[in-house]
Amino acid sequence: MTEHDHDHHDHSELSEIELRVRALETVLTEKGYVEPAALDAIVQAYETRIGPHNGARVVAKAWVDPDFKRALLADATKAVGTLGHVSRVGDHLVAVENTPERHNMVVCTLCSCYPWEMLGLPPVWYKAAPYRSRAVKDPRGVLGDFGVSLPAETEIRVWDSTAETRFLVLPMRPQGTEGWSEEKLAELVTRDSMIGTGFPKTPGAPS
Amino acid sequence: MNGVHDMGGMDGFGKVEPEPNEPMFHEEWEGHVLAMMRALSNAGAFNIDMSRFAQESLPPRVYLSSSYYERWFRALENMLIARGYVGTREVAEGHALEPAKALKRGKFTVGDVERIMTRGQFGRAAPGLAKFRPGDRVRARNMHPLTHTRLPRYVRGHVGVVECDHGCHVFPDTAAMDAGENPQWLYTVVFDGRELWGPDSDPTIKVSIDAFEPYLEPA
Repeated sequence: MTEHDHDHHDHSELSEIELRVRALETVLTEKGYVEPAALDAIVQAYETRIGPHNGARVVAKAWVDPDFKRALLADATKAVGTLGHVSRVGDHLVAVENTPERHNMVVCTLCSCYPWEMLGLPPVWYKAAPYRSRAVKDPRGVLGDFGVSLPAETEIRVWDSTAETRFLVLPMRPQGTEGWSEEKLAELVTRDSMIGTGFPKTPGAPS
Repeated sequence: MNGVHDMGGMDGFGKVEPEPNEPMFHEEWEGHVLAMMRALSNAGAFNIDMSRFAQESLPPRVYLSSSYYERWFRALENMLIARGYVGTREVAEGHALEPAKALKRGKFTVGDVERIMTRGQFGRAAPGLAKFRPGDRVRARNMHPLTHTRLPRYVRGHVGVVECDHGCHVFPDTAAMDAGENPQWLYTVVFDGRELWGPDSDPTIKVSIDAFEPYLEPA
C-alpha cells in the first residue's frame, strides 16, 4: 500500500485525530523508526489471521476429544500449541470450563486484556466502561444486557485479567449435536460464548 | 495509581451495548494506531506496562471521553515524547526535525512483522520460594501507589483464597516505571462476592484476580 492512500479524502475532511495519527506516522517514518509497509502488514495480519475462528476450533476439539480437553484444562498454552494452526499464544493461556454448576465470565477491569490469539481483537463493549465496571459486581445484570440468563443457583465465576494470563471460556456443548464433526461444531461456537457473555448457537436455531 | 481506569465496581456507566456485526476497525486510522503501537513496542521504545501506565496517566476527563484507539494514540504520542523518540514540535508539524534516537531492536521492518504475531513471554526464573500455596487465605494489601499497579481498588483490604500459582512473572509495578522486570510470584486469588460487595450481594458470585505476591499478605 502506498503512503496514506486515502483515495477519496482530502485533508479538509479529515478529523483532528486522523490528522494527528498521520502526522505521527510521518514523523516515525522520516526518523527511520518504522517502514510504512510494515505498519500496513501488521494491520493486514490482524485482519486476516486472528479472530474467534481460532478459539472456536479449540473449543470444538475439546468437545469431541476428551484427551485434548483434559490437556487444555491442565495447560492451555501447551494444548493449543499442539494444534499448530494459530499463532503461538505465549505462555499464559488458561482455559476455564463451564458446567451446569458454574459459569465463567472474563473481564479486564483495569484496561482491556483479552486473548487476541484465540478471539481476535476485542469488541468495543469489552473495552468500554459499562462492561469493565459492572462485570465484577453485577455479572447477572451484565448477562441480562446480552439477553442471557442463568439459573439462580448457578455459580458465576468472574475472571479479572489483571496480569498477563489470558482466559478462554470453554462453553458447554449444545445438546442435539451428537456425532457432529469438529468443523460443524466449530460453527456453533460464538465469540461471546468464549468470553462468557453468551452461549454457543444451538442446532437449527437461526444464526 | 487510583485512576479512572480502575473501573471495577463503579456504578453509573449504563448498559453494555454489543454492536451486531462489529467491524475490526471503525475507522482506518485505528488500524494505523494499533500498528504503530505494536511496532514501536516490539522495536523496544517502551514495554507493555509503560503503555498501560501512559493510558492511566491521561487526564480523567480525556480518558473517559476518548475511544479505545484514541487513548492508545494519546498514550503512544506521550510515551514517545517522554522517552525522547520524537519531539513536541515534530508531532505538531508532522515532520522529523531532530536526529533519531536508537531503538533497542532497530528499525521495525516488514521482516519483523512475524515477531509481533507471537505474544510476549512474561514468565521468568523464580528469584526465591513462593510465599503462598493454593488454599491459603490472603488479604489484598491496602496499598495506594501513585504509580502503576495491577491491584484493582475493589479488592484492596479484602480476604480471598489462593487458587493456583502461575510461577514468576515480570512485575508490572516496576517494569512500567523502567525500574526493571523484578520477577514476582503470580497467583490466582478468588474472592467471594459478599466479601467484596457486602452481605446483600448475590451469594453465587466469585471474582478472581491474578495477584503478584507483593500485593498480598497472610490473612
